[in-house]
Amino acid sequence: MKNRFIKTIEENGIEALSLIVAIAIWQLVADRIVQDRFLLPSFYDVVTSFFAIVKSGLVFADTLTSLLHFAIGIIAAFAIGIPLGIIMGWFREANRAIDPIIEILRPIPPLAWIPFAIVWFGLTQQAAGFIVFAGMVFPIIINTYTGFKNVPKVYVEAAKVLGCTRNLDLIRYIAIPSAMPSIVAGIRIAMGVGWMCLVAAEMFAVSDSGLGYQIWHNYYLHRMNFVLVYMLLLGFVGLFIDRFFRHYVDAKLLRWTAGTVV
Amino acid sequence: MQNYLDGQQELWYKMGRVNVKNISRIFTKKEENSGTEALHDVSFDVEDGEFICLLGPSGCGKTTLLRIIAGLETQSSGEITLNGTPITGPDPKRGMVFQQYSLFPWRTVIDNVTFGLEMQGIDKAEARKRVEKYIELVGLEQFKNSYPYELSGGMQQRAAIARALANEPEVLLMDEPFGALDAQTRNILQDELLKIWEQKHVTFIFVTHSVDEAVVLSDRIVMMTARPGRIKEIVKVDLPRPRSRTSPEVNHLRDHVLRLLEEERFHR
Repeated sequence: MKNRFIKTIEENGIEALSLIVAIAIWQLVADRIVQDRFLLPSFYDVVTSFFAIVKSGLVFADTLTSLLHFAIGIIAAFAIGIPLGIIMGWFREANRAIDPIIEILRPIPPLAWIPFAIVWFGLTQQAAGFIVFAGMVFPIIINTYTGFKNVPKVYVEAAKVLGCTRNLDLIRYIAIPSAMPSIVAGIRIAMGVGWMCLVAAEMFAVSDSGLGYQIWHNYYLHRMNFVLVYMLLLGFVGLFIDRFFRHYVDAKLLRWTAGTVV
Repeated sequence: MQNYLDGQQELWYKMGRVNVKNISRIFTKKEENSGTEALHDVSFDVEDGEFICLLGPSGCGKTTLLRIIAGLETQSSGEITLNGTPITGPDPKRGMVFQQYSLFPWRTVIDNVTFGLEMQGIDKAEARKRVEKYIELVGLEQFKNSYPYELSGGMQQRAAIARALANEPEVLLMDEPFGALDAQTRNILQDELLKIWEQKHVTFIFVTHSVDEAVVLSDRIVMMTARPGRIKEIVKVDLPRPRSRTSPEVNHLRDHVLRLLEEERFHR
Protein backbone atom coordinates (compact mmCIF):
# COMPACT_ATOMS: atom_id res chain seq x y z
CA MET A 1 0.00 0.00 0.00
CA LYS A 2 2.68 2.40 1.05
CA ASN A 3 4.76 1.35 -1.94
CA ARG A 4 1.95 2.12 -4.33
CA PHE A 5 1.50 5.54 -2.78
CA ILE A 6 5.18 6.31 -3.19
CA LYS A 7 5.09 5.00 -6.74
CA THR A 8 2.18 7.27 -7.66
CA ILE A 9 4.06 10.24 -6.25
CA GLU A 10 7.14 9.29 -8.22
CA GLU A 11 5.19 8.88 -11.45
CA ASN A 12 3.25 12.13 -11.14
CA GLY A 13 6.00 13.99 -9.35
CA ILE A 14 6.27 16.92 -11.73
CA GLU A 15 2.50 17.44 -11.90
CA ALA A 16 2.13 17.31 -8.12
CA LEU A 17 5.07 19.60 -7.52
CA SER A 18 3.73 22.13 -10.00
CA LEU A 19 0.36 22.24 -8.21
CA ILE A 20 1.98 22.56 -4.79
CA VAL A 21 4.19 25.41 -5.93
CA ALA A 22 1.22 27.23 -7.53
CA ILE A 23 -0.79 26.92 -4.30
CA ALA A 24 2.18 28.08 -2.24
CA ILE A 25 2.64 31.16 -4.41
CA TRP A 26 -1.08 31.92 -4.22
CA GLN A 27 -1.06 31.62 -0.44
CA LEU A 28 2.06 33.82 -0.13
CA VAL A 29 0.78 36.51 -2.48
CA ALA A 30 -2.63 36.65 -0.80
CA ASP A 31 -1.38 36.49 2.76
CA ARG A 32 1.79 38.62 2.56
CA ILE A 33 1.47 40.95 -0.43
CA VAL A 34 -2.21 41.67 -1.11
CA GLN A 35 -3.32 41.25 2.49
CA ASP A 36 -6.95 41.87 1.58
CA ARG A 37 -9.47 39.01 1.76
CA PHE A 38 -11.86 40.95 -0.45
CA LEU A 39 -9.41 41.40 -3.32
CA LEU A 40 -7.78 37.99 -3.13
CA PRO A 41 -8.81 35.33 -0.62
CA SER A 42 -5.93 33.06 0.33
CA PHE A 43 -5.80 29.32 -0.15
CA TYR A 44 -6.39 28.85 3.54
CA ASP A 45 -9.50 31.08 3.45
CA VAL A 46 -10.89 29.07 0.58
CA VAL A 47 -10.30 25.75 2.32
CA THR A 48 -12.01 26.90 5.53
CA SER A 49 -14.92 28.37 3.56
CA PHE A 50 -15.27 25.10 1.71
CA PHE A 51 -15.49 23.15 4.94
CA ALA A 52 -18.07 25.63 6.20
CA ILE A 53 -20.44 24.96 3.32
CA VAL A 54 -19.80 21.23 3.53
CA LYS A 55 -20.72 21.36 7.20
CA SER A 56 -23.91 23.31 6.52
CA GLY A 57 -24.79 20.94 3.66
CA LEU A 58 -25.27 23.89 1.33
CA VAL A 59 -22.69 22.64 -1.13
CA PHE A 60 -24.54 19.41 -1.79
CA ALA A 61 -27.90 21.10 -2.35
CA ASP A 62 -26.42 23.61 -4.78
CA THR A 63 -24.37 21.07 -6.69
CA LEU A 64 -27.42 18.85 -7.07
CA THR A 65 -29.52 21.78 -8.26
CA SER A 66 -26.91 22.68 -10.87
CA LEU A 67 -26.66 19.07 -12.00
CA LEU A 68 -30.43 18.93 -12.29
CA HIS A 69 -30.45 22.04 -14.52
CA PHE A 70 -27.68 20.50 -16.57
CA ALA A 71 -29.52 17.18 -16.85
CA ILE A 72 -32.72 18.86 -18.03
CA GLY A 73 -30.76 20.71 -20.71
CA ILE A 74 -28.72 17.73 -21.87
CA ILE A 75 -31.70 15.37 -22.07
CA ALA A 76 -33.71 17.88 -24.08
CA ALA A 77 -30.72 18.60 -26.34
CA PHE A 78 -30.21 14.86 -26.97
CA ALA A 79 -33.89 14.23 -27.58
CA ILE A 80 -34.16 17.02 -30.13
CA GLY A 81 -30.62 17.48 -31.49
CA ILE A 82 -29.71 13.90 -32.37
CA PRO A 83 -32.92 12.96 -34.26
CA LEU A 84 -32.87 16.31 -36.06
CA GLY A 85 -29.23 15.84 -37.08
CA ILE A 86 -29.98 12.31 -38.25
CA ILE A 87 -32.96 13.37 -40.37
CA MET A 88 -30.99 16.26 -41.87
CA GLY A 89 -28.02 14.05 -42.60
CA TRP A 90 -29.95 11.21 -44.19
CA PHE A 91 -32.73 12.93 -46.15
CA ARG A 92 -31.59 15.71 -48.47
CA GLU A 93 -35.00 17.38 -48.63
CA ALA A 94 -35.29 17.47 -44.85
CA ASN A 95 -31.93 19.18 -44.71
CA ARG A 96 -33.03 21.80 -47.20
CA ALA A 97 -36.18 22.44 -45.18
CA ILE A 98 -34.62 22.59 -41.72
CA ASP A 99 -31.20 24.10 -42.42
CA PRO A 100 -32.33 27.73 -43.03
CA ILE A 101 -34.22 27.79 -39.73
CA ILE A 102 -31.24 26.43 -37.85
CA GLU A 103 -28.82 28.82 -39.51
CA ILE A 104 -30.97 31.77 -38.34
CA LEU A 105 -31.42 30.53 -34.77
CA ARG A 106 -27.89 29.25 -34.25
CA PRO A 107 -25.97 32.55 -34.13
CA ILE A 108 -28.25 33.86 -31.34
CA PRO A 109 -26.15 33.60 -28.16
CA PRO A 110 -27.91 31.19 -25.77
CA LEU A 111 -27.97 33.79 -23.01
CA ALA A 112 -30.13 36.04 -25.16
CA TRP A 113 -32.91 33.50 -24.55
CA ILE A 114 -32.95 34.26 -20.81
CA PRO A 115 -35.87 36.72 -20.88
CA PHE A 116 -38.00 34.27 -22.81
CA ALA A 117 -36.91 31.41 -20.59
CA ILE A 118 -38.26 33.35 -17.60
CA VAL A 119 -41.45 34.38 -19.41
CA TRP A 120 -42.15 30.86 -20.61
CA PHE A 121 -41.07 28.78 -17.63
CA GLY A 122 -41.01 31.25 -14.73
CA LEU A 123 -38.25 30.98 -12.13
CA THR A 124 -38.14 27.20 -12.36
CA GLN A 125 -35.58 24.50 -12.89
CA GLN A 126 -36.87 24.17 -16.44
CA ALA A 127 -35.99 27.79 -17.22
CA ALA A 128 -32.33 27.20 -16.37
CA GLY A 129 -32.50 23.87 -18.18
CA PHE A 130 -33.82 25.64 -21.25
CA ILE A 131 -30.78 27.95 -21.40
CA VAL A 132 -28.49 24.92 -21.12
CA PHE A 133 -30.49 23.30 -23.91
CA ALA A 134 -30.15 26.41 -26.10
CA GLY A 135 -26.38 26.23 -25.72
CA MET A 136 -26.10 22.49 -26.28
CA VAL A 137 -28.52 21.67 -29.05
CA PHE A 138 -26.73 23.31 -31.98
CA PRO A 139 -23.32 21.68 -31.63
CA ILE A 140 -25.12 18.34 -31.28
CA ILE A 141 -27.27 18.89 -34.38
CA ILE A 142 -24.35 20.04 -36.48
CA ASN A 143 -21.97 17.27 -35.48
CA THR A 144 -24.60 14.58 -35.90
CA TYR A 145 -25.36 15.98 -39.34
CA THR A 146 -21.69 16.15 -40.30
CA GLY A 147 -21.11 12.60 -39.09
CA PHE A 148 -24.00 11.38 -41.21
CA LYS A 149 -22.81 13.31 -44.27
CA ASN A 150 -19.41 11.66 -43.96
CA VAL A 151 -20.56 8.05 -43.72
CA PRO A 152 -18.39 6.33 -46.37
CA LYS A 153 -20.48 5.24 -49.33
CA VAL A 154 -18.80 1.84 -49.39
CA TYR A 155 -20.23 0.92 -45.94
CA VAL A 156 -23.75 1.71 -47.10
CA GLU A 157 -23.27 -0.28 -50.31
CA ALA A 158 -21.69 -3.21 -48.47
CA ALA A 159 -24.67 -3.24 -46.11
CA LYS A 160 -27.10 -3.14 -49.03
CA VAL A 161 -25.59 -6.16 -50.76
CA LEU A 162 -25.64 -8.01 -47.43
CA GLY A 163 -29.39 -7.55 -47.22
CA CYS A 164 -29.71 -4.34 -45.20
CA THR A 165 -31.77 -2.14 -47.51
CA ARG A 166 -34.39 -0.29 -45.47
CA ASN A 167 -33.59 3.31 -44.49
CA LEU A 168 -34.29 2.63 -40.84
CA ASP A 169 -31.91 -0.35 -40.77
CA LEU A 170 -29.21 1.51 -42.67
CA ILE A 171 -29.44 4.40 -40.20
CA ARG A 172 -29.40 2.11 -37.20
CA TYR A 173 -26.74 -0.38 -38.22
CA ILE A 174 -24.49 1.68 -40.48
CA ALA A 175 -24.90 5.43 -40.23
CA ILE A 176 -25.17 5.83 -36.46
CA PRO A 177 -22.13 3.71 -35.58
CA SER A 178 -20.13 5.24 -38.40
CA ALA A 179 -21.06 8.77 -37.29
CA MET A 180 -20.51 8.03 -33.59
CA PRO A 181 -17.06 9.67 -33.29
CA SER A 182 -18.46 12.88 -34.75
CA ILE A 183 -21.61 12.75 -32.59
CA VAL A 184 -19.51 12.19 -29.48
CA ALA A 185 -17.23 15.10 -30.35
CA GLY A 186 -20.35 17.27 -30.72
CA ILE A 187 -21.63 16.18 -27.33
CA ARG A 188 -18.33 17.09 -25.69
CA ILE A 189 -18.32 20.54 -27.25
CA ALA A 190 -21.97 20.92 -26.26
CA MET A 191 -21.25 19.96 -22.66
CA GLY A 192 -18.62 22.68 -22.40
CA VAL A 193 -20.99 25.28 -23.83
CA GLY A 194 -23.86 23.99 -21.71
CA TRP A 195 -21.87 24.24 -18.50
CA MET A 196 -21.04 27.89 -19.21
CA CYS A 197 -24.66 28.65 -20.03
CA LEU A 198 -25.75 26.99 -16.81
CA VAL A 199 -23.65 29.29 -14.66
CA ALA A 200 -24.77 32.37 -16.54
CA ALA A 201 -28.42 31.34 -16.34
CA GLU A 202 -28.22 30.79 -12.60
CA MET A 203 -26.42 34.10 -12.11
CA PHE A 204 -29.04 36.00 -14.06
CA ALA A 205 -31.74 35.09 -11.60
CA VAL A 206 -33.31 32.38 -13.68
CA SER A 207 -32.79 30.27 -10.59
CA ASP A 208 -32.70 30.84 -6.84
CA SER A 209 -30.14 28.15 -6.12
CA GLY A 210 -27.26 26.34 -7.79
CA LEU A 211 -23.53 26.90 -7.99
CA GLY A 212 -23.83 29.85 -10.39
CA TYR A 213 -26.48 31.47 -8.21
CA GLN A 214 -24.23 31.16 -5.16
CA ILE A 215 -21.41 33.00 -6.91
CA TRP A 216 -23.63 35.97 -7.53
CA HIS A 217 -25.33 35.77 -4.13
CA ASN A 218 -22.01 35.70 -2.23
CA TYR A 219 -20.70 38.54 -4.38
CA TYR A 220 -23.61 40.68 -3.16
CA LEU A 221 -22.65 39.74 0.38
CA HIS A 222 -19.01 40.62 -0.41
CA ARG A 223 -17.88 37.18 0.65
CA MET A 224 -15.26 36.73 -2.02
CA ASN A 225 -13.80 33.66 -0.34
CA PHE A 226 -17.10 31.88 -0.98
CA VAL A 227 -17.22 33.23 -4.52
CA LEU A 228 -13.87 31.61 -5.13
CA VAL A 229 -14.95 28.33 -3.54
CA TYR A 230 -17.95 28.09 -5.86
CA MET A 231 -15.82 29.04 -8.86
CA LEU A 232 -13.42 26.21 -8.11
CA LEU A 233 -16.32 23.83 -7.51
CA LEU A 234 -17.76 24.66 -10.92
CA GLY A 235 -14.40 23.90 -12.48
CA PHE A 236 -14.03 20.59 -10.68
CA VAL A 237 -17.58 19.39 -11.36
CA GLY A 238 -17.22 20.34 -15.04
CA LEU A 239 -13.91 18.52 -15.25
CA PHE A 240 -15.40 15.48 -13.54
CA ILE A 241 -18.38 15.33 -15.93
CA ASP A 242 -16.10 15.56 -18.96
CA ARG A 243 -13.71 12.89 -17.66
CA PHE A 244 -16.57 10.57 -16.76
CA PHE A 245 -18.14 10.99 -20.19
CA ARG A 246 -14.85 10.44 -21.99
CA HIS A 247 -14.08 7.34 -19.98
CA TYR A 248 -17.50 5.88 -20.70
CA VAL A 249 -17.36 6.74 -24.38
CA ASP A 250 -13.86 5.40 -24.98
CA ALA A 251 -14.63 2.16 -23.20
CA LYS A 252 -18.06 1.52 -24.67
CA LEU A 253 -18.87 3.46 -27.79
CA LEU A 254 -15.56 4.12 -29.48
CA ARG A 255 -13.60 1.02 -28.59
CA TRP A 256 -13.15 0.36 -32.32
CA THR A 257 -11.28 3.59 -32.94
CA ALA A 258 -8.68 2.81 -30.28
CA GLY A 259 -5.26 3.36 -31.76
CA THR A 260 -6.46 5.46 -34.64
CA VAL A 261 -7.41 8.43 -32.49
CA VAL A 262 -5.16 9.33 -29.59
CA MET B 1 -30.23 -33.32 -35.17
CA GLN B 2 -27.76 -30.52 -35.61
CA ASN B 3 -25.63 -32.66 -37.92
CA TYR B 4 -28.64 -33.67 -39.92
CA LEU B 5 -29.54 -30.04 -40.51
CA ASP B 6 -25.98 -29.16 -41.47
CA GLY B 7 -26.04 -32.01 -43.96
CA GLN B 8 -29.23 -30.66 -45.43
CA GLN B 9 -27.59 -27.33 -45.95
CA GLU B 10 -24.67 -28.78 -47.85
CA LEU B 11 -27.00 -30.81 -50.03
CA TRP B 12 -29.13 -27.83 -50.93
CA TYR B 13 -28.12 -27.06 -54.47
CA LYS B 14 -27.45 -23.48 -55.37
CA MET B 15 -27.76 -22.24 -58.92
CA GLY B 16 -25.97 -19.19 -60.15
CA ARG B 17 -26.59 -18.61 -63.83
CA VAL B 18 -26.23 -15.01 -64.92
CA ASN B 19 -27.44 -13.73 -68.28
CA VAL B 20 -26.37 -10.28 -69.40
CA LYS B 21 -28.52 -9.12 -72.30
CA ASN B 22 -27.86 -5.97 -74.36
CA ILE B 23 -26.78 -3.85 -71.43
CA SER B 24 -26.06 -0.18 -72.10
CA ARG B 25 -25.38 2.51 -69.57
CA ILE B 26 -25.26 6.23 -70.29
CA PHE B 27 -24.18 8.67 -67.61
CA THR B 28 -25.93 12.00 -68.13
CA LYS B 29 -24.77 15.23 -66.61
CA LYS B 30 -27.37 17.76 -65.59
CA GLU B 31 -25.62 20.76 -67.14
CA GLU B 32 -25.06 19.21 -70.52
CA ASN B 33 -27.51 17.38 -72.66
CA SER B 34 -24.87 15.01 -73.92
CA GLY B 35 -24.09 11.94 -71.87
CA THR B 36 -21.11 9.65 -71.57
CA GLU B 37 -21.73 6.14 -72.71
CA ALA B 38 -20.00 3.77 -70.31
CA LEU B 39 -21.38 0.48 -71.64
CA HIS B 40 -22.67 -0.28 -75.12
CA ASP B 41 -24.80 -3.32 -75.85
CA VAL B 42 -22.96 -5.82 -73.68
CA SER B 43 -24.21 -9.40 -73.74
CA PHE B 44 -22.74 -12.58 -72.31
CA ASP B 45 -23.82 -15.57 -70.27
CA VAL B 46 -22.21 -16.96 -67.16
CA GLU B 47 -22.68 -20.65 -66.47
CA ASP B 48 -23.51 -21.96 -63.04
CA GLY B 49 -20.37 -22.35 -60.97
CA GLU B 50 -18.15 -20.65 -63.49
CA PHE B 51 -15.24 -18.34 -62.68
CA ILE B 52 -15.44 -15.30 -64.98
CA CYS B 53 -13.02 -12.39 -65.09
CA LEU B 54 -13.98 -9.04 -66.57
CA LEU B 55 -10.84 -7.47 -68.00
CA GLY B 56 -10.33 -4.25 -69.89
CA PRO B 57 -8.53 -0.91 -69.97
CA SER B 58 -9.36 1.48 -67.12
CA GLY B 59 -12.56 3.40 -67.69
CA CYS B 60 -14.05 0.65 -69.85
CA GLY B 61 -17.06 0.25 -67.61
CA LYS B 62 -16.22 -3.12 -66.09
CA THR B 63 -16.87 -1.90 -62.57
CA THR B 64 -20.11 -0.25 -63.71
CA LEU B 65 -21.22 -3.56 -65.19
CA LEU B 66 -20.44 -5.38 -61.95
CA ARG B 67 -22.32 -2.76 -59.94
CA ILE B 68 -25.34 -3.19 -62.20
CA ILE B 69 -25.22 -6.94 -61.58
CA ALA B 70 -25.00 -6.21 -57.84
CA GLY B 71 -28.04 -3.96 -58.11
CA LEU B 72 -26.17 -0.90 -56.85
CA GLU B 73 -26.60 0.88 -60.18
CA THR B 74 -29.18 0.69 -62.93
CA GLN B 75 -28.72 0.09 -66.64
CA SER B 76 -30.05 2.51 -69.25
CA SER B 77 -31.29 -0.38 -71.35
CA GLY B 78 -31.08 -4.15 -71.48
CA GLU B 79 -31.64 -6.77 -68.83
CA ILE B 80 -29.62 -8.92 -66.46
CA THR B 81 -31.13 -12.06 -64.99
CA LEU B 82 -30.02 -14.41 -62.24
CA ASN B 83 -31.47 -17.88 -62.83
CA GLY B 84 -34.04 -16.25 -65.08
CA THR B 85 -35.17 -13.59 -62.60
CA PRO B 86 -34.42 -9.97 -63.60
CA ILE B 87 -32.18 -8.03 -61.23
CA THR B 88 -33.82 -4.90 -59.82
CA GLY B 89 -31.83 -4.05 -56.70
CA PRO B 90 -29.30 -5.31 -54.18
CA ASP B 91 -29.97 -8.78 -52.82
CA PRO B 92 -28.04 -11.09 -50.49
CA LYS B 93 -28.15 -13.73 -53.24
CA ARG B 94 -25.49 -11.67 -54.97
CA GLY B 95 -22.58 -11.12 -52.61
CA MET B 96 -19.99 -8.46 -53.30
CA VAL B 97 -16.41 -7.77 -52.25
CA PHE B 98 -15.24 -4.22 -52.84
CA GLN B 99 -11.89 -2.81 -53.84
CA GLN B 100 -11.87 -0.42 -50.89
CA TYR B 101 -11.75 -1.87 -47.41
CA SER B 102 -15.41 -2.22 -46.62
CA LEU B 103 -15.43 -3.98 -43.25
CA PHE B 104 -17.50 -2.04 -40.74
CA PRO B 105 -14.80 -0.64 -38.44
CA TRP B 106 -17.12 -0.58 -35.42
CA ARG B 107 -17.66 -4.35 -35.58
CA THR B 108 -15.18 -7.09 -34.82
CA VAL B 109 -14.31 -9.58 -37.56
CA ILE B 110 -16.89 -12.12 -36.39
CA ASP B 111 -19.56 -9.45 -36.01
CA ASN B 112 -18.81 -8.24 -39.53
CA VAL B 113 -19.21 -11.75 -40.87
CA THR B 114 -22.49 -12.28 -39.01
CA PHE B 115 -23.95 -8.99 -40.29
CA GLY B 116 -25.74 -10.56 -43.25
CA LEU B 117 -27.32 -13.29 -41.13
CA GLU B 118 -28.41 -10.73 -38.54
CA MET B 119 -30.14 -8.79 -41.30
CA GLN B 120 -32.02 -11.95 -42.20
CA GLY B 121 -33.37 -11.91 -38.68
CA ILE B 122 -31.23 -14.70 -37.30
CA ASP B 123 -30.38 -14.40 -33.62
CA LYS B 124 -26.89 -13.00 -33.05
CA ALA B 125 -25.61 -15.90 -30.95
CA GLU B 126 -26.97 -18.44 -33.44
CA ALA B 127 -25.49 -16.48 -36.36
CA ARG B 128 -22.10 -16.37 -34.66
CA LYS B 129 -22.09 -20.15 -34.45
CA ARG B 130 -22.97 -20.49 -38.10
CA VAL B 131 -20.24 -18.23 -39.42
CA GLU B 132 -17.36 -19.90 -37.58
CA LYS B 133 -16.68 -22.16 -40.55
CA TYR B 134 -16.39 -19.23 -42.94
CA ILE B 135 -13.90 -17.51 -40.67
CA GLU B 136 -11.98 -20.77 -40.56
CA LEU B 137 -12.20 -21.04 -44.35
CA VAL B 138 -10.34 -17.75 -44.77
CA GLY B 139 -7.93 -18.55 -41.94
CA LEU B 140 -8.90 -15.82 -39.50
CA GLU B 141 -9.81 -17.91 -36.41
CA GLN B 142 -7.17 -16.14 -34.35
CA PHE B 143 -8.43 -12.71 -35.33
CA LYS B 144 -12.17 -13.21 -35.09
CA ASN B 145 -12.46 -10.88 -32.11
CA SER B 146 -10.18 -8.21 -33.57
CA TYR B 147 -11.37 -4.92 -34.92
CA PRO B 148 -10.60 -4.09 -38.58
CA TYR B 149 -7.99 -1.46 -37.64
CA GLU B 150 -5.98 -4.24 -36.05
CA LEU B 151 -5.78 -6.22 -39.31
CA SER B 152 -3.52 -5.93 -42.34
CA GLY B 153 -5.02 -5.13 -45.74
CA GLY B 154 -4.90 -8.75 -46.85
CA MET B 155 -6.63 -9.95 -43.68
CA GLN B 156 -9.32 -7.31 -44.09
CA GLN B 157 -10.10 -8.53 -47.60
CA ARG B 158 -10.15 -12.14 -46.35
CA ALA B 159 -12.71 -11.13 -43.75
CA ALA B 160 -14.70 -9.31 -46.43
CA ILE B 161 -14.74 -12.51 -48.50
CA ALA B 162 -15.93 -14.50 -45.48
CA ARG B 163 -18.63 -11.89 -44.86
CA ALA B 164 -19.89 -12.21 -48.44
CA LEU B 165 -19.79 -16.03 -48.30
CA ALA B 166 -21.64 -16.25 -44.98
CA ASN B 167 -24.82 -15.21 -46.75
CA GLU B 168 -24.42 -18.27 -48.98
CA PRO B 169 -24.82 -16.26 -52.18
CA GLU B 170 -25.43 -17.78 -55.60
CA VAL B 171 -23.04 -15.35 -57.26
CA LEU B 172 -20.01 -13.68 -55.74
CA LEU B 173 -19.11 -10.36 -57.36
CA MET B 174 -15.60 -9.09 -56.78
CA ASP B 175 -14.50 -5.60 -57.76
CA GLU B 176 -10.69 -5.69 -57.91
CA PRO B 177 -10.62 -7.03 -54.36
CA PHE B 178 -6.84 -7.46 -54.33
CA GLY B 179 -6.08 -4.20 -56.16
CA ALA B 180 -4.74 -2.44 -53.07
CA LEU B 181 -2.55 -5.33 -51.89
CA ASP B 182 1.14 -5.96 -52.49
CA ALA B 183 2.11 -8.52 -55.13
CA GLN B 184 2.98 -11.36 -52.74
CA THR B 185 -0.16 -11.07 -50.65
CA ARG B 186 -2.07 -10.86 -53.89
CA ASN B 187 -0.72 -14.19 -55.16
CA ILE B 188 -1.45 -15.90 -51.85
CA LEU B 189 -5.02 -14.60 -51.80
CA GLN B 190 -5.57 -15.66 -55.43
CA ASP B 191 -4.60 -19.22 -54.54
CA GLU B 192 -6.83 -19.17 -51.47
CA LEU B 193 -9.72 -17.78 -53.46
CA LEU B 194 -9.44 -20.63 -55.95
CA LYS B 195 -9.54 -23.14 -53.12
CA ILE B 196 -12.70 -21.53 -51.78
CA TRP B 197 -14.24 -21.51 -55.23
CA GLU B 198 -13.51 -25.22 -55.62
CA GLN B 199 -15.02 -26.00 -52.19
CA LYS B 200 -18.14 -23.89 -52.49
CA HIS B 201 -20.45 -24.14 -55.41
CA VAL B 202 -20.58 -20.42 -56.21
CA THR B 203 -20.41 -18.52 -59.48
CA PHE B 204 -17.64 -15.92 -59.43
CA ILE B 205 -17.59 -12.70 -61.46
CA PHE B 206 -14.28 -10.99 -60.84
CA VAL B 207 -13.31 -7.56 -62.15
CA THR B 208 -9.61 -6.95 -62.59
CA HIS B 209 -7.20 -4.89 -64.63
CA SER B 210 -4.41 -7.39 -64.07
CA VAL B 211 -3.79 -9.80 -66.93
CA ASP B 212 -1.87 -12.16 -64.63
CA GLU B 213 -4.77 -12.34 -62.23
CA ALA B 214 -7.28 -13.05 -64.99
CA VAL B 215 -5.13 -15.78 -66.53
CA VAL B 216 -4.47 -17.56 -63.24
CA LEU B 217 -8.03 -17.40 -61.94
CA SER B 218 -10.65 -17.66 -64.61
CA ASP B 219 -12.49 -20.21 -66.73
CA ARG B 220 -13.23 -17.49 -69.24
CA ILE B 221 -11.98 -13.93 -69.58
CA VAL B 222 -14.50 -11.39 -70.84
CA MET B 223 -12.34 -8.79 -72.59
CA MET B 224 -13.83 -5.34 -72.95
CA THR B 225 -13.00 -2.45 -75.26
CA ALA B 226 -12.09 1.09 -74.21
CA ARG B 227 -15.01 3.42 -73.51
CA PRO B 228 -17.77 2.85 -74.39
CA GLY B 229 -17.26 -0.66 -73.09
CA ARG B 230 -18.27 -3.47 -75.43
CA ILE B 231 -17.30 -7.10 -75.50
CA LYS B 232 -14.10 -7.39 -77.48
CA GLU B 233 -13.50 -11.08 -77.14
CA ILE B 234 -14.34 -13.85 -74.71
CA VAL B 235 -11.16 -15.83 -74.10
CA LYS B 236 -11.59 -19.37 -72.90
CA VAL B 237 -8.86 -20.45 -70.47
CA ASP B 238 -8.69 -24.18 -70.97
CA LEU B 239 -5.85 -24.91 -68.57
CA PRO B 240 -5.94 -27.36 -65.67
CA ARG B 241 -5.70 -26.02 -62.14
CA PRO B 242 -3.56 -25.44 -60.15
CA ARG B 243 -1.96 -23.35 -62.82
CA SER B 244 1.66 -22.43 -62.83
CA ARG B 245 2.11 -18.70 -63.25
CA THR B 246 4.97 -19.17 -65.70
CA SER B 247 4.25 -22.29 -67.78
CA PRO B 248 4.51 -21.90 -71.60
CA GLU B 249 0.74 -22.26 -72.05
CA VAL B 250 0.03 -19.57 -69.47
CA ASN B 251 2.65 -17.31 -71.04
CA HIS B 252 1.16 -17.85 -74.44
CA LEU B 253 -2.29 -16.94 -73.20
CA ARG B 254 -0.98 -13.91 -71.33
CA ASP B 255 0.66 -12.79 -74.53
CA HIS B 256 -2.60 -13.08 -76.43
CA VAL B 257 -4.58 -11.15 -73.82
CA LEU B 258 -1.94 -8.44 -73.56
CA ARG B 259 -1.99 -7.98 -77.32
CA LEU B 260 -5.77 -7.53 -77.22
CA LEU B 261 -5.37 -4.90 -74.51
CA GLU B 262 -2.70 -3.09 -76.47
CA GLU B 263 -4.95 -2.89 -79.50
CA GLU B 264 -7.39 -0.97 -77.32
CA ARG B 265 -4.67 1.45 -76.33
CA PHE B 266 -3.88 2.33 -79.93
CA HIS B 267 -7.52 2.64 -80.86
CA ARG B 268 -7.92 5.73 -78.70
